Amino acid sequence: MANKISDETIEYVGILAKLELSGEEKENAKADMEKMLDYIDILNELDTDGAEPMSHVFPVHNVFREDAVSGVDGSADTLVNAPLKKDNSFKVPKTIG
Amino acid sequence: MAKQYETVIGLEVHVELATKTKIFCSCSTEFGGAPNTHTCPVCTGMPGALPVLNKKVVEYAMAIGLATNCEITRVCKFDRKNYFYPDNPQNYQISQLYLPIARNGFVEIETGSTKKKVRIHEMHMEEDAGKLIHDEWDDTSLVDYNRSGVPLVEIVSEPDMRSADEVIAYLEKLRTIIQYLGASDCKLQEGSMRADVNLSVREAGTEPFGTRTEMKNLNSFKAIARAIEGERERQIELLEAGKSVIQETRRWDDNKESSYAMRSKEDAQDYRYFPEPDLVPIVISDQWIDQIRARQPELRTEKLERYKKEFDIPQYDAEIITSSKHMADIFEAAAAICGKPKKVSNWLMVETLRLLKDHGMEPEDLRFSPENLAKLVSLTESGAINSSVAKEVFEKIFAEDVDPEAYVEEHGLKMVNDEGALEEVLKKVIADNPRAVEDYRGGKEKALGALVGQTMKLMKGKANPGLVNQKLKEML
Ligand SMILES: [Zn+2]
Repeated sequence: MANKISDETIEYVGILAKLELSGEEKENAKADMEKMLDYIDILNELDTDGAEPMSHVFPVHNVFREDAVSGVDGSADTLVNAPLKKDNSFKVPKTIG
Repeated sequence: MAKQYETVIGLEVHVELATKTKIFCSCSTEFGGAPNTHTCPVCTGMPGALPVLNKKVVEYAMAIGLATNCEITRVCKFDRKNYFYPDNPQNYQISQLYLPIARNGFVEIETGSTKKKVRIHEMHMEEDAGKLIHDEWDDTSLVDYNRSGVPLVEIVSEPDMRSADEVIAYLEKLRTIIQYLGASDCKLQEGSMRADVNLSVREAGTEPFGTRTEMKNLNSFKAIARAIEGERERQIELLEAGKSVIQETRRWDDNKESSYAMRSKEDAQDYRYFPEPDLVPIVISDQWIDQIRARQPELRTEKLERYKKEFDIPQYDAEIITSSKHMADIFEAAAAICGKPKKVSNWLMVETLRLLKDHGMEPEDLRFSPENLAKLVSLTESGAINSSVAKEVFEKIFAEDVDPEAYVEEHGLKMVNDEGALEEVLKKVIADNPRAVEDYRGGKEKALGALVGQTMKLMKGKANPGLVNQKLKEML
């Protein structure tokens, strides 16, 4: 295993992902991530000079919609699973914009 | 000697596009709906929902790119920008990082008598976020996703501006271009155009840029100018005190005329962008670009030249009228109806500008119809009303878009051309003002003015001043 994930890195990734990890979970996640990075290293051994970066596997492009309004008031469906709601809106803890 | 500093400014401008529907779903973009009524599984980030790109968004973005001298990226695609915030139901914003739709453009700006180019680094398409409203009662936030998924373009300039004047000239230029294209109404107050200011200072004559800050929440040109002044001073003070500027995002409070550092959500800068797997690439052909180019409407410079030639309008007036697409539209429509372009131009240049200034309004806020302005011109030209009545009626048109014909009729404002009635009044005026009459007869031409004034007053401004003058002279 060439790659090492530091405690700071796992802490940082946890913050970005909004995850609270226990000590044991952190160790497991570190090992998993190290394995992933090792695998990327294998991929990096390939000579990709001149190869176009690919973000989609299918040779499909230009899938568009016309600019026409459809649909009705979607608020009931949108809010149906809201844990808290008020005034037709989701109610969430106070968030400073 | 005190050090001299130079301000270096780059802008990120968000513009809401004037499409009928959102960027990835067919929900309406209309303003003012009750919360969450313009939502569906796509724009609320429900699992499994599939975004499909609105073709009109690409076409508006191309039109703006072409009009700002950008290169259009022939194969472009979307990326996910990941962050957690309640205004963002997907936990990522669909944007463009790696292959934005347009790059390497510029616009030319003019400040005073100097012209300069402000380069555009890139322009990309993305979706807007929802709106958070603070609920005082519960001390919670209420989330409305009606704006979530409304299409935006973000135009990123190079750090080419050196003063607030240049920044405002650049924004006005962008706004005019985009309004003329019909791609957005670009209202700062309403948020359909938003500018974030990246600013740093450096000692005059030095090369490297200083550390920059990003300023948000600027919703008028005046606020932008004040924020630039304030931030420039703040940074210079720090440097003079031997401290350093911290790279951060600051929020401008225009009431307090000061900014404060926004609470940094830990490492919010780390957006972990990756290609959006749900949207396929966009391939833009020469043919498509030619089509968009061919469809570009007459832009401001062309319109200005045409007004001078076609309507014989002076350069300055043509500049003012074309500075707002909305005002230019009113001008052309009214001129076409009444056939008196110069008269229409006069109403816009004098009374309209005066009233806009009095009310602190922008030309974009004009709400009267060209039909009513045209009718007013016709009423004045035919001699049905005199110029002081016309001004009074115009104020009504400006405020409430009244129909001047009906208004004049209703309020009995038609000019009195009845010579008999006029003579009656004149007799009274002559009888009541023996001194002025004597003075006039004694050779004091000026005394006539006082008598005309008295007559107009008695006739409640409805007399024809030419006729009053003529008759008065005859009778004296
Ligand atoms: Zn939707």
